[in-house]
Amino acid sequence: MRISRFVHPAVVLVLAAVVIGIPLWLALVTSAKSQGEANLPDLSLPRVWHLWENYSQAFTQGRVVWGLFGSLLVMVPSVAGVLIFGSLASWVLARRAGRAMAVLYAAAISGIILPPAVVTIVLLLRQLHLASTPIGMMLVYMGMYMSLVIFFVTGFVRTIPVEVEEAARMDGARPLGIFIKVVLPLLRPVIATATIFICLYIWNDVFYAFFVLGGGTYSTLPLNLYSVASSNLYQNNWNLVFAYVVLMSLPLVVVFVIAQRRIISGITGGAVK
Amino acid sequence: MISSLSTGRPPRRAVLYPSWFLAPAFAVLAVFFFLPTVFNFVYAFTDWSAFHNDIRPVGLANVEAVLSNGALLSSLRITIVYAFLVAIMQTGFGLGLALLLERDTRINRFARVVFFIPVLMSALAVGYTFQALLKPDGPVNGFLGALAGQDVTIPWLGSTTWTVVTVAFVNSWKWMGLAMVIFLAGLKTIPADVLEAARIDGAGRWRTFRSVRFPLIAPAVTFNVATALLGSFNGFDTILATTGGGPAQQTEVLDIYIFRVYGNGLFAQATTMSLALLLLVTLLAFPVIGYLRKRERVL
Repeated sequence: MRISRFVHPAVVLVLAAVVIGIPLWLALVTSAKSQGEANLPDLSLPRVWHLWENYSQAFTQGRVVWGLFGSLLVMVPSVAGVLIFGSLASWVLARRAGRAMAVLYAAAISGIILPPAVVTIVLLLRQLHLASTPIGMMLVYMGMYMSLVIFFVTGFVRTIPVEVEEAARMDGARPLGIFIKVVLPLLRPVIATATIFICLYIWNDVFYAFFVLGGGTYSTLPLNLYSVASSNLYQNNWNLVFAYVVLMSLPLVVVFVIAQRRIISGITGGAVK
Repeated sequence: MISSLSTGRPPRRAVLYPSWFLAPAFAVLAVFFFLPTVFNFVYAFTDWSAFHNDIRPVGLANVEAVLSNGALLSSLRITIVYAFLVAIMQTGFGLGLALLLERDTRINRFARVVFFIPVLMSALAVGYTFQALLKPDGPVNGFLGALAGQDVTIPWLGSTTWTVVTVAFVNSWKWMGLAMVIFLAGLKTIPADVLEAARIDGAGRWRTFRSVRFPLIAPAVTFNVATALLGSFNGFDTILATTGGGPAQQTEVLDIYIFRVYGNGLFAQATTMSLALLLLVTLLAFPVIGYLRKRERVL
């Protein structure tokens, strides 16, 4: 028992260093090497530091500012829209009984399991003149994650006693007023969970962005990472690929390290019940 | 229903919870989720492509095409193998980490943060990192070579048989932090007196885990296996960044195939595969989730 008090922390630290530390270390050191030295990525420190050159080149070649703008432009309205519309519908779905509501609920959450029809989405967007536009992308993301929001929020609303709505109703508040002033504030924990998951998915999505935004003016950070890495086929540029990887991963990692406790409790709050 | 007393008749639910609140969400779902899904069943049987403007029905020609060139069955098989490998590894790693880091010590809290970092990274970024690590003359083989005392050149990403396992491992590495967090939350819900009772009954560590703790975290197992399966039926980014579907298309899951064929302008064939994915998920995911739920109740 005495020995295991030292063995356990040692095992944990070694495991974390090897399993997570080494891959991250590889990305970090390679991002600071010259193109020639990065040709075959390894774990050694750069002989010559090319930190500034690589990052500024990744910044311009990978159009980081434009990608960041595109990512935020698509993510923020999608997440806001899917949460507002989804919660509004969930409140009604949770409170009204009956066969019609059960059918609607089943249909609404089927999207959790069914994969989006990515190819025909493009066809539809072309017909609506929304292909390659940020609005088209937002609507596609909203359609994809609406099911997740409705599933999480409806389950949560069912745990809120109806009585909390009654007082506001006695004061003459209308349904929309009750929803905004009474119900929405109570939904905070589940909305936090849904926000974290959906932001994570949209921020890192590349598959759906390819189909919807591909070939257009707008771009996102992952799409730009792919185009930087694809030029790796012709001229080895691991240093730029990893500079871009670090640039792109840093924002989320920093947010997480600062707010880790709230994020982790947010994830588990809605997921395991 | 207090208000019903004051008005003397029951308030109609439809008035209190107006149906039009459903409208925005269902409009978005109908147009941008269900309509494309319905289109899937239509355009899979046409000659829609980048090479001409008109779209005409061609019956089962696309199905025959992807059957005769072997793409359909091979992609289906690889997708299923990949999804089950990911589900097993991701859940296994997550459970292992959760048990290792269960106690609330300072080092464990630190390690939990570290193991969660890959969850936040883009799967593309993770894929490129492992592509570099796993090169035949890369750091992993170099390390194994140093241990073995001779040159090791395992083609981690170049084997037509085993690369699918490597890629599934990389994807599990990326997501195991999430599985760990879910399991940690599940382990926390186990009441202390249950464990105390098991201890008094003379159950050892393994016995306690096997007979008491594991059954009690069954909902977390269900959640993790289901999300891993569903996520990897749609697996794309990790594979794109590690192998791109190779070698010899042996890691070409359905989404990679759809992406490649769409890029070649064969839209209808891509749609056919998208339909195949839809049917695969419908046929497999529902029974698997049903089975896990039933197991939850039995245990």
